[in-house]
Amino acid sequence: MKMVDAALAKSFGLNAEEYGKVLDIMGRVPSFTELGIFSVMWSEHCSYKSSRVWLKELPTKAPWVIHGPGENAGVIDIGEGLAAIFKMESHNHPSFIEPYQGAATGVGGILRDVFTMGARPIANLNALRFGDPALAVTKRVVDGVVRGIGGYGNCVGVPTVGGEVNFHPAYNGNPLVNAMTVGIARTDKIFLSAAAGIGNPVVYVGSRTGRDGIHGATMASAEFDADSDAKRPTVQVGDPFTEKLLIEACLELMATDAIIAIQDMGAAGLTSSSVEMAGKGGVGIELNLDHCPQRETGMTAYEMMLSESQERMLMVLRPDRQDLARRIFEKWELDFAVIGHLTNTGHIVVRHHGQVEADIPLDPLAELAPSYRRPFLEPTPPAPLGETPDPIGIEAALLKLIACPDLCSRAWITDQYDSTVGGQTVKRPGAADAAVVRIEGHRLALALTTDCTPRYCAADPYEGGAQAVAEAWRNLTAVGARPLAVTDNLNFGNPEKPEIMGQFVAAIRGMAEACRALDFPVVSGNVSLYNETEGTAILPTPAIGALGVLEDASTALGIALAPGDTLVLLGATRGHLGQSLWLREIAGQEAGPPPPVDLAAERRNGDFVRGLIQRGGINACHDLSDGGLLVAVTEMLLAGGTGASLAAPPETIAPHAYWFGEDQARYLIATPNPATVLRDAQAAGLPAAVIGRAEPNGLTLPGGVTISLEALRDAHTRFFPAWMAA
Amino acid sequence: MKAGILLFPGINRERDMAIAVTRSFGVAPRIVWHKETELSGLDLVIIPGGFSFGDYLRCGAMAAQSPVMRAVKDHAARGGYVLGVCNGFQILTESGLLPGALLRNAGLRFLSMDTMLKVERADTVFTSHYQTGQIFRAPMAHGDGNYTADDATLDRLEGEGLIAFRYADQNRNGSARDIAGIYSPNHRILGLMPHPEDLVDPLMGGEDGKPLFDSLAAA
Repeated sequence: MKMVDAALAKSFGLNAEEYGKVLDIMGRVPSFTELGIFSVMWSEHCSYKSSRVWLKELPTKAPWVIHGPGENAGVIDIGEGLAAIFKMESHNHPSFIEPYQGAATGVGGILRDVFTMGARPIANLNALRFGDPALAVTKRVVDGVVRGIGGYGNCVGVPTVGGEVNFHPAYNGNPLVNAMTVGIARTDKIFLSAAAGIGNPVVYVGSRTGRDGIHGATMASAEFDADSDAKRPTVQVGDPFTEKLLIEACLELMATDAIIAIQDMGAAGLTSSSVEMAGKGGVGIELNLDHCPQRETGMTAYEMMLSESQERMLMVLRPDRQDLARRIFEKWELDFAVIGHLTNTGHIVVRHHGQVEADIPLDPLAELAPSYRRPFLEPTPPAPLGETPDPIGIEAALLKLIACPDLCSRAWITDQYDSTVGGQTVKRPGAADAAVVRIEGHRLALALTTDCTPRYCAADPYEGGAQAVAEAWRNLTAVGARPLAVTDNLNFGNPEKPEIMGQFVAAIRGMAEACRALDFPVVSGNVSLYNETEGTAILPTPAIGALGVLEDASTALGIALAPGDTLVLLGATRGHLGQSLWLREIAGQEAGPPPPVDLAAERRNGDFVRGLIQRGGINACHDLSDGGLLVAVTEMLLAGGTGASLAAPPETIAPHAYWFGEDQARYLIATPNPATVLRDAQAAGLPAAVIGRAEPNGLTLPGGVTISLEALRDAHTRFFPAWMAA
Repeated sequence: MKAGILLFPGINRERDMAIAVTRSFGVAPRIVWHKETELSGLDLVIIPGGFSFGDYLRCGAMAAQSPVMRAVKDHAARGGYVLGVCNGFQILTESGLLPGALLRNAGLRFLSMDTMLKVERADTVFTSHYQTGQIFRAPMAHGDGNYTADDATLDRLEGEGLIAFRYADQNRNGSARDIAGIYSPNHRILGLMPHPEDLVDPLMGGEDGKPLFDSLAAA
């Protein structure tokens, strides 16, 4: 075994100052295993050392928040004695090294974060960013990630109901895979991780421990270089069948009173789960690794403590319920082993083969964990956008935009995800702005979405952060739901670079401002830094996962236009083309400021739309986002299988800016009663205008050109199948 | 009719199936753990979808060896009704209760979307509430739904009226002769790949699958 010194600590990801703290805490040179424990607990991934001071700026409270950040997942009260438990988490680094397993275990990990709190998972979503589709590697990564998400989610029987996908060359070496799980529990049956009861047994359940994923948390805290392939052994391998058994066994045990505390073994495996459980409970913990279920022979204490083998949980049980618990896990044919007990020492003590391999005081391990207020540069405001004449006309631009990778149909992807298992999926992927899943046995339904527009964040991280929150809130509103809370997944580059740290700080401030204005607290989340390959950072990507509630699932609206409907545009249209997809795809520029977010207008317009939907008489609603008004109209036509004829734009706005501008806080409503909507909007002080009506034959533009639905559908669905077949 | 739903480790559509059965039958089905060996009192045994034992061997091959499957064979031999959906269909072919096999989908990808099914005959206990030739919608969600059998078997299935449903819009998984579901010779065992149990409520997009359960409830 290597000698423990500053050089070894550095190779484990601890800098000289951090290693100095280790020496202070221990009062001696740590053992190899102890150094391993410090290094993973103090990794960026586990300690949030660069982000912690800034995350405090996010609003996290509301009367309906039961547990905010700090638990395995956020918990909110949704009424009828029920809680929604949800979180989003990244698996970016593993997904580039090994796309299938990286994505699959990302899904597995976030599922465990949710069912460990007592919830049955009812929905999965994701937020994916990939590199330039022109590169062969991008195709391989997309194919692997989609298969991995499907392979895991389909097998565990949790429907994958929503998500988003973007492409940009900034993700060439660093795709983002953010997975979100939502579960439901009774508000009086929520399980936490704080251990209690000196002498109580510490029980390990699930899969056996192998050598996979050792130091995964450290890998996730470093940049990539040309040797990334050599890191493949640090990627874990998932087993969704075992996860399914673990869900059922845990939920069966949770129906009893046996569990005092429970925590999944995620990043940094047995180390972080045991340290966090004991630390939160203010007790000590002693583990005897001789009893740890092992998949391989000859594993060392270091390997067992740092393994990230999947599908494992750690529990503290009531001693008199140990046999009951064992019988449940044996029924589900899962390993069940008492591997330790709680102590009053305040230390974690790890024994193996009769030796003490680690003995670390828990308080200083947590309290002296590094936390950095890293230097940051305020982002430079983007230069104003110059003249942008229309080079190709409205019809050609529309056909090109709806076919581009960022706007085309996602059916090729979502057709590989089981979205109906559970029998509660009210709105499937693509049918509505948010997925809608009913709660079995109730009228209640959840509306769920993931959103972020990274090109906006790159141009102006503050506005981009606010826009991501606002768009998620709009998407929930558009199905008629009351938005309740947010989980975030903050994906950024190397925080040691002041310009990256500046993006992070500004994005958090923009998010915080939007969350406050919209009463939309952040209840859980994850930070993924060092998303760089050979010095090139990704676009700043603060992905937002959001949840809202519908008291009556049958009131949920989709985006399908129906015969007899009139289209009413709500919200102000100014023709903002800066950072729009029209500008990028048609004019070939990524330039200008992103559309400004007016949070007062967002609030007013959204509350108005929700009221309209609740009063009835609205058949469909679609928020305006990427691609602007004409793309939104087209999506409503394709969803409804009907055409429409459109009115001419106002003379004050250039036609291409009117049809493709990405002004915020706008919704398209389909209604048979436009006069009522216009009257109500006027009374509420909202800009509103009839922009067209449903017609049987295709999309008729002002001026008389008609594009058939077949031509629109062909353009919209062509990209993915053709790309994958090429 | 008294129904029971078999539960193997890795099955994941038992809740959907229980909802559909309860909706049509008015009573909840009994859930039968795979280690049970007694099915007496049940008229209908349902094997739902999922990934029994992870489907790490051939789909359904492990479950076919489970203790409860001996009881299912006895139940079938007594003329009892059996419905296998998706993984349940695979388990029925693996255990020899239905002929043929389900291979990987022709495109080698998981397929999750609605498909249209044509009812080949409306005179069975499973289809009396449909019309012969009726086309209805059913979600499908499988990686291994490509039905195959030798030509003699396929000819016999067709000749003896043992085809239950065919894909009516598009044969996405490559199944021989567009077969989506088949009967045993006495028409008391039905296996099919798509999921009528996931379309029994207008809120979830329709009730196209409900007649199948109404048919059974009326038998």
